[in-house]
Amino acid sequence: MTGTGKRGRFLLVAAIVVGVGGAFLYAGGWLSPHKLTPSRFVDTFQDVNGPHPGFRRNHAKGVGVSGTFESNGQGARLSRAVVFRPGRVPVVGRFSLAGGMPYQTDALRTVRGLALQFLPQDGEEWRTAMIDIPIFAVNTPAAFREQLVAMEADAKTGKPDPAKMKAFLDRHPESARAVQTIQAQMPSSGFDDSTYNGLNAFWLVDASGRSTPVRWSVVPAQPLAPIAPTPQGDPNFLFDALIARLHRQPLRWRLVLTIGQPGDPTNDATVAWPEDREKLDVGTLTIDSIESDATSPARTINFDPLILPDGIVGSDDPLLSARSAVYSVSFRRRVGEPAPSSAVTPAEVAQ
Amino acid sequence: MSSPVKTAARYAWSSRVLHWLMAVMVLAMLLIGMAMVASLLDYHWLLAVHRPLGILVLVFVIVRFVNRQVTRLPPFPETMSAIERAAATWSERLLYTLMFIMPLIGWGMLSAARYPIVLFGSIRLPPILPHSTWLYTVLRTSHTVFAYLLFFAFMAHLSAVLFHTLVLRDGLLRRMAPPTPTPEPETRPSGAGHPARGRT
Repeated sequence: MTGTGKRGRFLLVAAIVVGVGGAFLYAGGWLSPHKLTPSRFVDTFQDVNGPHPGFRRNHAKGVGVSGTFESNGQGARLSRAVVFRPGRVPVVGRFSLAGGMPYQTDALRTVRGLALQFLPQDGEEWRTAMIDIPIFAVNTPAAFREQLVAMEADAKTGKPDPAKMKAFLDRHPESARAVQTIQAQMPSSGFDDSTYNGLNAFWLVDASGRSTPVRWSVVPAQPLAPIAPTPQGDPNFLFDALIARLHRQPLRWRLVLTIGQPGDPTNDATVAWPEDREKLDVGTLTIDSIESDATSPARTINFDPLILPDGIVGSDDPLLSARSAVYSVSFRRRVGEPAPSSAVTPAEVAQ
Repeated sequence: MSSPVKTAARYAWSSRVLHWLMAVMVLAMLLIGMAMVASLLDYHWLLAVHRPLGILVLVFVIVRFVNRQVTRLPPFPETMSAIERAAATWSERLLYTLMFIMPLIGWGMLSAARYPIVLFGSIRLPPILPHSTWLYTVLRTSHTVFAYLLFFAFMAHLSAVLFHTLVLRDGLLRRMAPPTPTPEPETRPSGAGHPARGRT
């Protein structure tokens, strides 16, 4: 064995070790500092909204609720999920306002959310997070982040810069179209008479393995109330109205599946399916109890849209995997931080 | 090229099968784990592979530990110094420990956060820990820390084996050569209660 030969072989070993190590680091995103990772996505929320430790990084302001879902059995036609069999299922949920500011003032134009966790006794749980707009403004996670940055409040004016928003919409014609549709819909008067839409498409799978594309919504059973003038001096007026309603009587929504047909896009949340698609009422959601975010069991639930029972499968919509990844980072960060006091306090809920 | 390691001085056939099967599984787990936490679009399907594969690693590491107790180990090659032998012994213990606790931590952290522990479809594992965000936080962080420790332990293992095999050319890797389809006759049968290797 010569010294040079040995040195050459040593270098070979070093090259293999560096190559293998590099492959792992590459897979982990360490070699691509500009790759949009779930952590960097959540960082963007924090940059735009400011640090709010202990809160969800989006939909930070909310209240916990609970109730039941009474399935009428109609959904069993399309899905083998236990939640669709006739019967009652306990539900934990959360009403929220979009945005990462936990103390933002309620506004009619702010997007409202309803997240639900269905917990069948002898079946798998189902989590879903819905909002009250008919379609989503973006169809990829990268566009979502661009939109987030474009909507960031300007340091001087305190308002989003219209030029940035215009530039974003120019780059994303699908978003420009979607925003028109979204803005054409008047918001309802409150949380109680809003329709909440799942927006992303999913597949329902029946006992024989047959798959059907669906989107779902919860549609209020209570009639649409006229919009009252926004009360002054109550930053939580939407939440307080919900609290007052729930102290008087339970609120009900119908869970409605919109059944897609071949050719309906399942991977584009900015595109609505044609109006004439079959709508299937699969049961009634009853919400009868409300709690502050600080005390509700919903506080420790990550409403990951891909936590699904057997019989429901996520579609090829790229937002679904991204939501799952980003929610998971948001959950991990917030539950590792001291629990904050929420805008809607337990005392406010008790009144 | 001479080989100081005779074919007889190999790990048992079962040990070599388990070693290479687990090498593939554990490397896949590390790669998937690192890739999924850095990916938006591939996160979900990678996680869907990561969970059942992790449980498979847990099952295999238990089988492997039992196998380790009942098979005879080949002696260290003479090219290994006392320090190297001690390092090899302790790094093996570290690797076994990490391969055992990583799946348990993964299972435990999902339990503590009350995430469903989905293997396939409706096949799900029960939670093994109470619902606690504090426990989740500790375990989730441990999962990352131990993953990097496992990664570095693997890199050290790889470096040492390559150094012996390619630079010293002492045939170290042949002791763990991937087995041929039929068990080789020179593989010695099990001898229970064999002392730690290196004293052989």
